[in-house]
Amino acid sequence: MGRLQNLFWVSENRKISRSAAVLNLAGVTALWVGLFWISLSAIQVKLDFRFLGEFPLRIRNGFLMTLGLSIVSLAFSLIIGMLSAAGQSSPVLFIRFFCSVYVKFIRGTPLIMQIYLFFYIVGTAWGVDNRFLAGVLILSIFEGAYIAEIIRGSLLSLDQSQLEAARAVGFTKRQAWRFVILPQMVARTLPALTGQFASIIKDSSLLSVIAVIELTQTMREISAVNFRLFECYLFLGVLYLCLTLPISLVSERLERRFQYES
Amino acid sequence: MKVEFQNLSKQYEPEQIILHPMNFADDVHTLAIIGPSGGGKSTLLRILGGLIAPTTGKLWVDGEEILQNETALQQYRKKIGFVFQQGGLFRHMSARDNIAVPLEQVHGYSREHAEERAMELLARFGLKEDAEKKPAALSGGQQQRVAIARAVAARPKLLLLDEPTSALDPEFTTEVLNVIRELKEDGMRFIIVTHEMGFARHACDRAAFLCEGTLMEYGESARLFDHPETEQLKRFLGKLLQWNIS
Repeated sequence: MGRLQNLFWVSENRKISRSAAVLNLAGVTALWVGLFWISLSAIQVKLDFRFLGEFPLRIRNGFLMTLGLSIVSLAFSLIIGMLSAAGQSSPVLFIRFFCSVYVKFIRGTPLIMQIYLFFYIVGTAWGVDNRFLAGVLILSIFEGAYIAEIIRGSLLSLDQSQLEAARAVGFTKRQAWRFVILPQMVARTLPALTGQFASIIKDSSLLSVIAVIELTQTMREISAVNFRLFECYLFLGVLYLCLTLPISLVSERLERRFQYES
Repeated sequence: MKVEFQNLSKQYEPEQIILHPMNFADDVHTLAIIGPSGGGKSTLLRILGGLIAPTTGKLWVDGEEILQNETALQQYRKKIGFVFQQGGLFRHMSARDNIAVPLEQVHGYSREHAEERAMELLARFGLKEDAEKKPAALSGGQQQRVAIARAVAARPKLLLLDEPTSALDPEFTTEVLNVIRELKEDGMRFIIVTHEMGFARHACDRAAFLCEGTLMEYGESARLFDHPETEQLKRFLGKLLQWNIS
């Protein structure tokens, strides 16, 4: 009885056994697939994915475009995020308010509105007509605001006693940053930043509205030709999961690893 | 080592006076600062350690005036060891690195030499097996012993300890106090803020009683404990004795 119960039940602070995990995950998957299957049958749709074989190059290009967009945007948004996190505690009031208005505006409005605003008004006015560049800029500005908050939060949560200890051992300001503040901030922000990278990948799909030929736009175009809407979007979901699932696993692992340290 | 200050005070808001202007001059070997909580003991120790600036007054250590600018203070802090009540160890570093990194970066030791010195101290304080552990994996007593090892690693002129045992369980308190006594036997000079009256009386040759931001009594520790002069010290010691087991 106890053994059987352990396959379905976990008490607090106990480890989940591998067999229990596999069994329950299989059950969950079966439930989802089953529900979906019943729904599809109810509307009499038969899935047929064979057409995908006709577009391997386009799908690959779309996938790489999404990946490229996300990686470049991650780099830029990190820079923007760090600058605006620092800016929000600047003694120069103009800089402080500039950064805080930026963060509040971006976090308080939907990405799709920002995409239209930046691309059709700001982009046109300033002559940004390269869609990849425009996409990277928009995405970086958007994600930068979220990263700024992640960084600001971890700066605020730094323990004052650590800073005092840094001074007591004789570190200069610079050394305190290098040997104490930055390593501790990295430990605190890395899990959240990794999670944010998964968000960037998903958010990049909205750039399809300004016809950046990334993964979502590619699948939209393919479905427009053969009307295999369900198959296209299902496959699209699988491709995004291929990117985001490993990232969220890494994020969880980092979180566990650094938990013991702070 | 001669420690002297004149007209030293600390005040945060106009209303919030932590330390009233006070004077002091003596050759310090082992000094305990005692007194009720909120009396300004930790603040005084932090000023002596160059960690916070006094509102008024001047401070001389070893005949040298401690100027209150960051560059001068940073040079001064190199010569002082400081042990905090708790949480003073760098959380992301192993016990060994907590000692070795400042030796290397602040005191110019080579990496090998710094690690050697760190291991030597850890072994001496019974922490050889724990060198690679991060502070969170050490007991409170072990953490404080590492903190003391770090503070004395660069052979400071003076060691300052801010209630090093008050966050510890009784059995860890003894092991930490033993380490400090050993250092005393080696000739280390220190000033300790403490609530361990037995230690203040028997291990420290001088004691200072700080109450309500005022240095009320100072002298040989035996004298303070046996013949307190001020009402405040009498009351303070009386309260401590109330639950004495003997």
